[in-house]
Amino acid sequence: MSATQVTLRGVTKVFPASAGGEPVHALGPIDIEIKKGEFFAVVGPSGCGKSTLLELIAGLIAPTFGEIEFEGRAIRETVPDGVGVVFQEDACFPWLDVWENIEFGLRQKKIGTEEKRRRAAAVIDMMGLRDFARSYPAQLSGGMRQRVCIARTIVAEPRLILLDEPFGALDQQTRLLMGDEMLRLWRETGATVFLITHALDEAAMLADRIVVMSARPGRAIDLVETGWPRERDSRIVEREKFGAMTSRLWKTLSEESLKTMGRVGSGA
Amino acid sequence: MSRLRLYQLAIIAGFILLLEGLCLAGVIDKVTMPPPHIIVRDFARMILAGRYFGEIGKSLANVLLAFAVAYVLGVAVGTILHSYRTAREILDPLFATYYAIPVFAFYPLFIVMFGLGDGPQLLIGILLAIVAVIVTVLNGLDRVPPVLKKTARVNGLNPLQTALRVTLPFCAPYLLTAAKLALAYAFIGVIGSEFILARSGMGYEISYAYTNFDNATMYPLILLILLLSITANSLLSHWERVLLTRRGQK
Repeated sequence: MSATQVTLRGVTKVFPASAGGEPVHALGPIDIEIKKGEFFAVVGPSGCGKSTLLELIAGLIAPTFGEIEFEGRAIRETVPDGVGVVFQEDACFPWLDVWENIEFGLRQKKIGTEEKRRRAAAVIDMMGLRDFARSYPAQLSGGMRQRVCIARTIVAEPRLILLDEPFGALDQQTRLLMGDEMLRLWRETGATVFLITHALDEAAMLADRIVVMSARPGRAIDLVETGWPRERDSRIVEREKFGAMTSRLWKTLSEESLKTMGRVGSGA
Repeated sequence: MSRLRLYQLAIIAGFILLLEGLCLAGVIDKVTMPPPHIIVRDFARMILAGRYFGEIGKSLANVLLAFAVAYVLGVAVGTILHSYRTAREILDPLFATYYAIPVFAFYPLFIVMFGLGDGPQLLIGILLAIVAVIVTVLNGLDRVPPVLKKTARVNGLNPLQTALRVTLPFCAPYLLTAAKLALAYAFIGVIGSEFILARSGMGYEISYAYTNFDNATMYPLILLILLLSITANSLLSHWERVLLTRRGQK
């Protein structure tokens, strides 16, 4: 792990006022550096602007102040080549079968049909979707549909994968399995992973480094290095250090969450 | 066949039998309407003899043309309008009151403007159909989950590609509903116009037969229009069901 891949400098997002309301200062200023190849997680209380942060890095929205660079180039409202996103909501196309959904990730790539087929087949095997290649999303479980979305993202071979609470809608055991899956994909693809989550244990188990965000407007208030080996899986939750890590995260985060709740209580 | 389907068929069969009974009993006199079995016989004769095929062909060609123009324009306008919020907010109430306008009332005006050819008939068919298409397409596009549009952006699709590959395919069931409406309106517009003021076409022939007490022509032609319209509608409905089943919505 060495070079910096993503840099955020003084990034701030203020959403303009909607009719009759006031502008919403959602995020920042925030400074983050993400290193090439690392597994980076962001945790924060709900409504702290985590998803806004992800959309800014993805280039889906532009910052009000500050700048974001991906591999040395500024990102502004276009998704840079080499960036893939997996969202929390089901993003499968219901009119396409699993194979077609995955190949959609290659539509804009200038590669031959044969090469597309080869890459789609490889990813389908990698994600254990072989038997479902011709099924439609409606025939699959929530976990399987999220696998299809992950496959559609990694088939394009992104150098940076952004995950917006990708396991948020799944049940606990599926979450753990998908976590292991994510770690395996992270090692096999060599991509950088940026994970947004509200689940502390998920962040502590998966990430190399974790940023804790404050209540709105979201700022980085703590940075935790987990120091896990690259070869790891969900069994690290049994380690003593894991417990210490989650309690440190929880301590910081609970104070922030209480602030939010206090503000809601006294905000009137 | 499901029970519901059996009941539906029973209602239609019952209605036809009732008509047959009323006609044979003389409650409905022969000059008003021949019994259904005579209509079917006359219909078979008309088809076998190839009578009115030219008229039928002309009317159907106009219906299809009006349908095609209204559908293609309607889908395009609906798709473009969907991305301009202000324009849409201005037009929405106008669309909502559009069907309060009796388009047929303008038929004489159209004839003055475009002559007694097919032009006014096509125009009425198109005017009746297009707004139903626009409104249905807008309605479908409103239901596209934002995450699918974000996925399109992440995959580097431009607005046109997004419409063709993501939002319109998502709306496919709505596009089929729009097609059903457009076809029905195109039928009403074209055939209806032929009734009022025209020198040829199925509507004209029905109206001509009517003024000449020619029930052996009038009822088979009405039956033909019914069959064509219902067949087209059922085919589109079937297609719609296939799509919805695939998406697990039925």
